Amino acid sequence: MNGFTLLLARDLRLAWRRPADAAVALAFFIVAACLFPFGVGADQQLLTRIAPGVLWAVALLATLLPLERLFLADAEDGALDRLALGPHGLATLVLAKAAAQWLIVALPLLLAAPLVALLLNMDGRGFGALIAALALGTPTLVLIGTVAAALATGARRGGVLLALLALPLELPVLIFGAGAIDAALAGLPFVSHLQVLAGLLLGSLVIAPFAGAAALKLALE
Amino acid sequence: MQFLANPARFLRIANAVLPPLAILTIALFAGGLYYAFLASPPDYQQGDSVRIMYIHVPAAWMALMTYASLAVFAFLLLVWKHPLAEVLAKAAAPIGAGFTLIALITGSLLGKPTWGTWWAWGDARLTSVLVLFFFYLGHIALTHAFDDATRGARAAAVLAIVGVVNLPVVKFSVDWWSTLHQPASISRIGGSAIDPAMLTPLLLMAGAFLGYFLCLLLLRARAELARRKRRALELLAAESGV
Repeated sequence: MNGFTLLLARDLRLAWRRPADAAVALAFFIVAACLFPFGVGADQQLLTRIAPGVLWAVALLATLLPLERLFLADAEDGALDRLALGPHGLATLVLAKAAAQWLIVALPLLLAAPLVALLLNMDGRGFGALIAALALGTPTLVLIGTVAAALATGARRGGVLLALLALPLELPVLIFGAGAIDAALAGLPFVSHLQVLAGLLLGSLVIAPFAGAAALKLALE
Repeated sequence: MQFLANPARFLRIANAVLPPLAILTIALFAGGLYYAFLASPPDYQQGDSVRIMYIHVPAAWMALMTYASLAVFAFLLLVWKHPLAEVLAKAAAPIGAGFTLIALITGSLLGKPTWGTWWAWGDARLTSVLVLFFFYLGHIALTHAFDDATRGARAAAVLAIVGVVNLPVVKFSVDWWSTLHQPASISRIGGSAIDPAMLTPLLLMAGAFLGYFLCLLLLRARAELARRKRRALELLAAESGV
């Protein structure tokens, strides 16, 4: 096995031993989305109108929540120093952490999204676009969040800081993700939105491992 | 560049440059404000509200320029670990946030009489400048988030460099998504589209804002160096038990 699969398997094993951690993000996603019907009222048409944006904004926050401890446990028990000295390099570690995080946190969101969309009275025509956009967009969110988590490792109030750092960078994903669903709901082609999301994903796949590795190096100094 | 790594040397230069720079800035402000508010004609469509533009446009230019300089300081800090770059980046970020806020507020004041709205989420120039403001806030928060100042400065430097992707979006947003905000009218192919009577106060104000930025940067860097020196002395005193 190469370094990436080893590190990914390690993180998945660790997450498997504590399934509650992954469930919290999913619960947050559902509960936070349910705040909106309570807040704006039970007007079905209004809910239908805001459903794509609400779904994306809440999914974005749900992927950010569990990131605070992403590198913290490894930094505290010294595993991070050991991994930095190891043969695989920090960029591989960042990529493996992001992949594990996507499988643990984002994939359940993806599966729960149609249910939440139903709660928000979203039209059935948007479901295909919803799943496709989330599948292409959430990896980008996790990659950006991983870099922010690496930057905030060891900071005071790291969780809030992390959100402040990641949110401006994640705005394009939100815009095009919600745009894809809006286009599908209006009966328009949404392939161009998905192409932009795929482009953002490819770009962040190239940049995030190195930016994250640079940030982790600072945490280790 | 190595020359300025010595804080005492930097302070000597800063102290020598500051008084003439401050006088020049005051003169530029006096001239710029005179032309902007008294000696320039009102716009034939916008009336006197065009005078907000003489604050708005230089502030927006400086918001972008300050971020660019922040990114340069970040680069110097990460690549050469230049000690002065750390001080300058910490000094520059709040100034840039201030310029961005001024640009946003004056833009909003200018938007109400001309577009009929304070804020338009659909306009890419407005939203991308708001994102620029968020980057400044993130930079300031990250700088102060660590007990070790150097660690905070370096983490913030990574963020500053990542945030550079937003600069071309701000600059070209008016060409890519043409909605409310007008495109560039001064540096464009085919010469400036603005009347000399309005260009004079605008350029004077731009010079004044630039001078103001440099004055503040040097003052804040000087204060930061003094703060570090005091902290080092306090630590030394605590160690020796005085």
